[in-house]
Amino acid sequence: MTDATAQNTPAPSGKSLLSLDQRTRRRNASERRFRLYGAVAICLSIAALVMLLTSVIGNGASAFFQTYAKIELTLDPAELDPEGNRNPDEMGKVTTLRYGNLMKAAFPASLQAAGISTEGISDTEIGDMLSKEAPAQLRDRVLSDPDMLGESVEFWALANGRIDGYIKGRVSMASAERDSNVSPAQLQLADRMREAGLLTTRFNWDFITFPDASELRPEAAGLGVAIVGSAYMMLIVLFLALPIGVAASIYLEEFAPQNRFTDLIEVNISNLAAVPSIVFGILGLAVFINYAGLPASAPIVGGLVLTLMTLPTIIISTRAALKAVPPSIRSAALGVGASKMQTVFHHVLPLAMPGILTGTILGLAQALGETAPLLLIGMVAFVRDYPSWPIDGFFDPASALPVQVYNFTTRGDPAFVERASGAIIVLLVFLLCMNLLAIYLRRKFERRW
Amino acid sequence: MYDMNRVENAVGQDEIKISARKVQVYYGDTHAIKDVDVDILDKTVTAFIGPSGCGKSTFLRCLNRMNDTIAAARVEGKIALDGEDIYDRRVDPVQLRAKVGMVFQKPNPFPKSIYDNVAYGPRIHGLARNKAELDEIVERSLRGAALWNEAKDRLQEPGTGLSGGQQQRLCIARAVATSPEVLLMDEPCSALDPIATGQVEELIEQLRQQFSVVIVTHSMQQAARVSQKTAFFHLGNLVEYGETDDIFTKPKDSRTESYISGRIG
Repeated sequence: MTDATAQNTPAPSGKSLLSLDQRTRRRNASERRFRLYGAVAICLSIAALVMLLTSVIGNGASAFFQTYAKIELTLDPAELDPEGNRNPDEMGKVTTLRYGNLMKAAFPASLQAAGISTEGISDTEIGDMLSKEAPAQLRDRVLSDPDMLGESVEFWALANGRIDGYIKGRVSMASAERDSNVSPAQLQLADRMREAGLLTTRFNWDFITFPDASELRPEAAGLGVAIVGSAYMMLIVLFLALPIGVAASIYLEEFAPQNRFTDLIEVNISNLAAVPSIVFGILGLAVFINYAGLPASAPIVGGLVLTLMTLPTIIISTRAALKAVPPSIRSAALGVGASKMQTVFHHVLPLAMPGILTGTILGLAQALGETAPLLLIGMVAFVRDYPSWPIDGFFDPASALPVQVYNFTTRGDPAFVERASGAIIVLLVFLLCMNLLAIYLRRKFERRW
Repeated sequence: MYDMNRVENAVGQDEIKISARKVQVYYGDTHAIKDVDVDILDKTVTAFIGPSGCGKSTFLRCLNRMNDTIAAARVEGKIALDGEDIYDRRVDPVQLRAKVGMVFQKPNPFPKSIYDNVAYGPRIHGLARNKAELDEIVERSLRGAALWNEAKDRLQEPGTGLSGGQQQRLCIARAVATSPEVLLMDEPCSALDPIATGQVEELIEQLRQQFSVVIVTHSMQQAARVSQKTAFFHLGNLVEYGETDDIFTKPKDSRTESYISGRIG
């Protein structure tokens, strides 16, 4: 050995260190090139992200604002409470239609009372400027507070989607001429109303709390049921996938013997993570709905399907986290006479916790954004009723955020484009929150060894 | 109980603590330990020396069945602790490891407080009935590991925040806390500087008063300094076992002589 080293000692080359030889120059050039490729790749991904966000926020931000028109009207007890006993149950027999008529009659009158000219525009057209949802909202308010009857009240009614679109700049005079649903005269009236303060735009909490609305009333469509449905599914996924996934990983990583059978299981788990999500949807349809008889469109089925989808992700990340715990900690615990289980639960699991939590939350985030399997198990249905509280609520029909986005985009009215983008923003905010939580938990539980 | 296992021997009245007979260890197809017979005496420091890969650590890990955790490892032969076969079907390695403590090559304190590191063994084995008793065990163990004076004011600080030498002494305190009868040390000083090494060696000398210590070391000087008995391993065989002085001054086997004079290894 020593002889060989002595023979290989290079003779002085006679080159100066101050000038680069060709080989070094080429090496440096390829290094610079590689760094450039990396920078270009980063720029491309940032550009894509910026484009996505600009498009989504540009289209969707307006969904968080909504236009309301002010109406002053007298709630006629003879019309709305024919029995005259202020009993909400009896009053509930009065249909929305009668409230609508009352409102349509009161609207032109209240405009004229405020000194706004309604010349050249019929009362029907004026009435059409209000949302078809507005009478229902008035009815709900009266039913919750029957003492309002007989009084003259101020009511901010939802404006029609086209009027709302005009205020937000989506509808113009030119487009109104070609549109059978709105006339330029209505838009001019809307301008006059806005100057008089009778038409205003407010932050739209209803977008987050209201259920979905029909094709004809995009202005009243909200995400409430979808958010509740998604939240229920996430709860189910969390409470099923986390314990099952962690238990499976601990068994496979710490206890299972190394043989062909466990190898097979391992390969299958990795493959399961790559199965297209729609396949899980078909499985859910066949097993949970057709075979087990669980209700369609219910968060329980969605939750179970998403659990199956999330399990491989959680198992893979948990096993990686367990593997990353240094073996010396296991030796130390075993060396003082801890049993295998004590070693795992006292030492290995706490150290693996940040990784497990991160993996779980990322798995949940993935499940939150999943659409395809939910379409197959009927979560795409139009649901207007909120599911009740858990656990009964898990079996009630509900929607889910990504499916609601899909739902909005399939509808004709252009106002739904804004709603769809708004729903995407809500979804992204939830995802962002979950990722921030993952980062926070990782920081909090991270320990050095 | 198995009195026939007790044999008279050269080192005073010391009794045989561990007796190994015809021990074979296989890692898969590799025959790592071949036919090792050795008697380890109570209240004695026994050093295992030999070149890297000679099987001394493997053999050490047989003595508290740490090799059980390696799926591919297989141990044959008989190892008896106080005459009881530790590879008997009825022996739970958990109980065995409470009796035969171990200190590893790299200091490996748990990422917990100094107190919890030492208290962990007594806690899981139920050695303390209350907090006061546990406190006493922790103090006794830390004193035993010559760490009490440095650590008494920072018992709640993480054990990983100590220096390397202190960490290793903490690991010794942790091993001592379960009141073992034998302490196995796998190159305990290889990651330490000379000063910390000196402290640990002094500690080993004190620990010998209470129980049997088996130490694997790469340093022949260390073996000569701390041990009374030395075993030389080579290629999985126990080449020579005897009084430390004899091994280093008049080795019987030519391989031992080559190793201690630096020609192999």
